[in-house]
Amino acid sequence: MYTRAYKSAVAIPPLLWVTIFLLIPYAILFCYSFWQVSPLQIIIHSWSLDNYRELLRNHIYLEVLFRSMRIAGAVTALALLLGYPLAYFLSFRATKRKDLLYQLVIIPLWVSYLVRGYAWKTILGSDGVLNGFLQYLHLTNHPVEFFLYSPFAVILTLTHIYTPFTFLPIYASLEHIPRNLIEASQDLGASPARTFWRVILPLSLPGVLAGATFAFVLTLGDFLAPLLVGGPSGIMISNIVVSLFGAAYNWPLGAAISLCMLILVVTLLFLVERLEKKLSFQ
Amino acid sequence: MSALLSIRNVVKGFGNRAVLRGITLGIDSGEFLTILGESGSGKTTLLRLIAGFERPDSGEIWMADERIDELAPYNRHVNTVFQSYALFPHLSVFENIAYGLRVQSTPKLEIPKRVEQALAMVKMSDYAQSSPSRLSGGQQQRVALARALVNRPKVLLLDEPLSALDANLRRQMQTELKSLQREVGITFIFVTHDQEEAMALSDRIALLRAGTLEQVASPREIYATPATAYTAQFIGQTNLLKAQIRNGFASSSGMTWQAAASQVAPASLPASDDGPAKSNPQSRTEANSPSNATFSLRPECIHLADTSSNAANNAVRFAARVTNQTFGGATDLLELTLSDGRTLRARIPSRGTIEGPTQFEFSPQDATQVKDSEPN
Repeated sequence: MYTRAYKSAVAIPPLLWVTIFLLIPYAILFCYSFWQVSPLQIIIHSWSLDNYRELLRNHIYLEVLFRSMRIAGAVTALALLLGYPLAYFLSFRATKRKDLLYQLVIIPLWVSYLVRGYAWKTILGSDGVLNGFLQYLHLTNHPVEFFLYSPFAVILTLTHIYTPFTFLPIYASLEHIPRNLIEASQDLGASPARTFWRVILPLSLPGVLAGATFAFVLTLGDFLAPLLVGGPSGIMISNIVVSLFGAAYNWPLGAAISLCMLILVVTLLFLVERLEKKLSFQ
Repeated sequence: MSALLSIRNVVKGFGNRAVLRGITLGIDSGEFLTILGESGSGKTTLLRLIAGFERPDSGEIWMADERIDELAPYNRHVNTVFQSYALFPHLSVFENIAYGLRVQSTPKLEIPKRVEQALAMVKMSDYAQSSPSRLSGGQQQRVALARALVNRPKVLLLDEPLSALDANLRRQMQTELKSLQREVGITFIFVTHDQEEAMALSDRIALLRAGTLEQVASPREIYATPATAYTAQFIGQTNLLKAQIRNGFASSSGMTWQAAASQVAPASLPASDDGPAKSNPQSRTEANSPSNATFSLRPECIHLADTSSNAANNAVRFAARVTNQTFGGATDLLELTLSDGRTLRARIPSRGTIEGPTQFEFSPQDATQVKDSEPN
């Protein structure tokens, strides 16, 4: 069919791209994670496991990692709780305005992440829209500080940002369910509720899984939301990496954390893929 | 009406398009009724109305003493075998069949026994734990059948269930379906566009045309005495003879025969007002003025004439040239051209090539007067 020359001409550019922009940087990162920083802020190319020992010794890193995972878990749960009913409604109930509603879900994705982050800042801040409204209603006399610069604010912002990411795969999997299966279920005597639990939900699980993976992995690696609305208590693991590569000038330790994160995420993706294979029935 | 299922003047349209225009039909308990029609005739819509996936715009559907057209599909004692089977891909064959029992809270201990019975009935016991996607079309068909029958519905609806199977398997499944229906004694309502299938399976055929019932009768009756030209052409092959009737005699293309009085329209349809000449009061008073009529003459009713003797039993003899002869195994299909250029089709027992002008004959009682169908 295709000549050898054609095949290699097509294959080489992506391979080059992956090598130059992915494999080589990872290799460099891998090397860095075993190097040291001298007290004079010079990177010493001597190999040791000191960085990894430091990660286990200093509990701040594990603590922030676990906090990041908790936040990611919460965002995932909330994004699924919002995304699933939305996808279900659009797929099964909305008829005439389906396309319009779909676009309304997608449009926020075109708006810059930063803009959405700042939007929440103006809503949640101590002189923000929410506090102003609560004081106007005399529900509170002082601005509620807790809204902004807290894990709560991070979760809220990230849920807003990543709900479309859970919505899309769930919507796709719901759209894929042959409608005659739903008719067959009703025909066999199952009420709409039973049809949902026994047919629709099981058949949409691959989409739920894909959406959950998006939300979890993207949240876990997020550093902008904690930076904008997180405050000290909302710091996540990526913020530590950023500061280690920046102000703290400890590239080796930053590289070690990055590598651990990479391994964590790849393992997660691997497990999800296996689970997804089990859940798809084609 | 003592029918198990009665459809009363049901009308259904989608948007501006009228799909069913007043269907009235009674279906008896234990009957195998086929709804036959071309695509777009509304047959699937009628089935979906019975199943409950659609609501009629007007009219009623009753099952025994219960009005069901307003019930949700899951509250009707009706089960459906879908055209594409619609087996649940995430459940095993066993769980697919158990589905109806589980959602209707059948006692847990009873479920395995009934599922196994159903599997045995369709000869699929060895596949209980298989996934539906691993099964062939014919096997999926059986599972779909078992999944519906295990619920012991009062009426089983089958929506062109055999259309996806190849010809041999299809014939085999037809036979099995028929004997299964005899065995379980459940009313089957079978939808198809295939008239041969309808003939082979049904106790009665309801021929649907553009949303109205053209004729409802047993296969033999509908074949032998089609009420309309459309029916005659749709069910089997036929020749339509446009004839003039005068004094009870019909003539067409130089052939003349007695239009028999015994030819009455089937009981299921009201007597047609342009029916057989002798029973028509109008033509009795104006016996001498000719009227037009259409007759259906099946190809197999035309025979080669035995020229050594005279035509017996009022047989109508005519001369024709054989302009085409198609060998079909046991029979040959002939295309006959009459002296006035009209053509007829005849099916005769296979024999050598027929050449030149030949004498053919048919018996007048085989020429069935039919109503002209209004064009759609």
